[in-house]
Amino acid sequence: MTETAIPPIDVTLDARGSFCPGPLMELIRGMREAEVGDVIAVLSSDKGSKADIPKWVEKAGHNLIGVFTREGHDEIIVEKVR
Amino acid sequence: MQRVVVLGGGVGGTLAANLIARKLKKPIANGTASVTVVDLTGRHTYQPGYMYIAMGQEKAERLVRGEKSLLDRNINLVVDDITRIDAAGQGVELASGQRLPYDQLVIATGSRIVPAEIEHFDAEAHHFYTAEASLRLRKALDAFKGGRIVIGIAGIPYKCPPAPLEVAFLVESELRQRGLRDRTEMTFLSPINRAFTIESVSEMATPIFEQKGIHLELLAGIAQIDPERKVAITDAFEEHPYDLLIVVPPHKGAQVVIDSGLAPKSGWLPTDRHTLQVKTVVKPAPGQSDEDIPRYPNIFALGDATDLPLSKAGSTAHFEAPIVAERVAAAVLGRSPSGRHASYTGKVMCFFEVGDGKGTLLQFDYDHPPRPPKPNQLWHLGKIVFNKTYWHTVPKGRV
Repeated sequence: MTETAIPPIDVTLDARGSFCPGPLMELIRGMREAEVGDVIAVLSSDKGSKADIPKWVEKAGHNLIGVFTREGHDEIIVEKVR
Repeated sequence: MQRVVVLGGGVGGTLAANLIARKLKKPIANGTASVTVVDLTGRHTYQPGYMYIAMGQEKAERLVRGEKSLLDRNINLVVDDITRIDAAGQGVELASGQRLPYDQLVIATGSRIVPAEIEHFDAEAHHFYTAEASLRLRKALDAFKGGRIVIGIAGIPYKCPPAPLEVAFLVESELRQRGLRDRTEMTFLSPINRAFTIESVSEMATPIFEQKGIHLELLAGIAQIDPERKVAITDAFEEHPYDLLIVVPPHKGAQVVIDSGLAPKSGWLPTDRHTLQVKTVVKPAPGQSDEDIPRYPNIFALGDATDLPLSKAGSTAHFEAPIVAERVAAAVLGRSPSGRHASYTGKVMCFFEVGDGKGTLLQFDYDHPPRPPKPNQLWHLGKIVFNKTYWHTVPKGRV
């Protein structure tokens, strides 16, 4: 997905500075509190997150909108589907 | 008078208080310093022993001693509940109405289990984080005649990260010895994308799951329990039917540090990884770097209470306590922290049981991941000896 096609983000979880599995756990917690259809962005400076989070998102049946490299961290954007 | 107040009489609080009292022996003797420990029960529990109650190898009464008996005779013990930490006013408020002013504060209030965060947890799931629950699990294992055992984790972080893996391996060994293994299907649900948070330990443990025929399911943190259908449901909506369910309950830091505005909802105190000083900002603003966040100069945290990316285990508190003691004593004596205990390196060391009388050792710090040796009898015996000698060594600062 291109940057211009990213839907509006409802919740941003800033997990920068947290080590694996912190960012994944933050996302799981955030997803529990979100509504179906919400778009959630996780900011992570842990290198493992861009591999682990998409795997969990796929397993849980949510929609991975994209993984974007930002300055000093990654931004992983997910839509809650169920 | 320089007043040092230590909150919590677990491994971290007891050891830190003893080491501080030792370093401040002279000022305490001449009345210019005092050390006070506040503990809710006045009893010190050796929590790593709980798992062995569940395994039928330990008794609850052997895991508890009076806190006073473990403290240096120059330390005051106050048995009371802490209702508020007033960081601005440098005082601690207690349930009895007493207020303890401090010059240096050590927060060692540990972690607590919150099974109620998962509906039906208490009725359906077993665990090994209290003496009562461990005994109940022991009875359930004694009554078990075969079926499906599911072992899982309902949230990270939790106390003693290797414990659920150890329980899986020990239960598997026990069932084999009792001739029930062929009639039992075992599943281990890991909430992350490997068997254990630390990669090298995961690489050591994963083949053990294979050898023991325990199905390892990844990215499967337990989120719900359906008691009608006897099914554990993961946060990825997968269902795992069980006859016996063993789950690490969700954990949080102490309520009082949340209520006092020192920690976020999780209860883990934002803590400097080297000085162990508590940070003054619970949640950094976007773009704010960690170094920019001021630390309380006179508030330290150790053990389970911190948010450091380390094992929540007695061992962590054990290796942090000398740093807290050095820094508190230095502040009281008006000098700079010095020596090898001036700064914490992230050192942790713990044993890891794999069943069949074998164990291994995890030793690591911030910069060096563990390289666990091949499991053998020696490290299993090491853990047994450590458990037996704990009372005479760790709380008193002899190791």
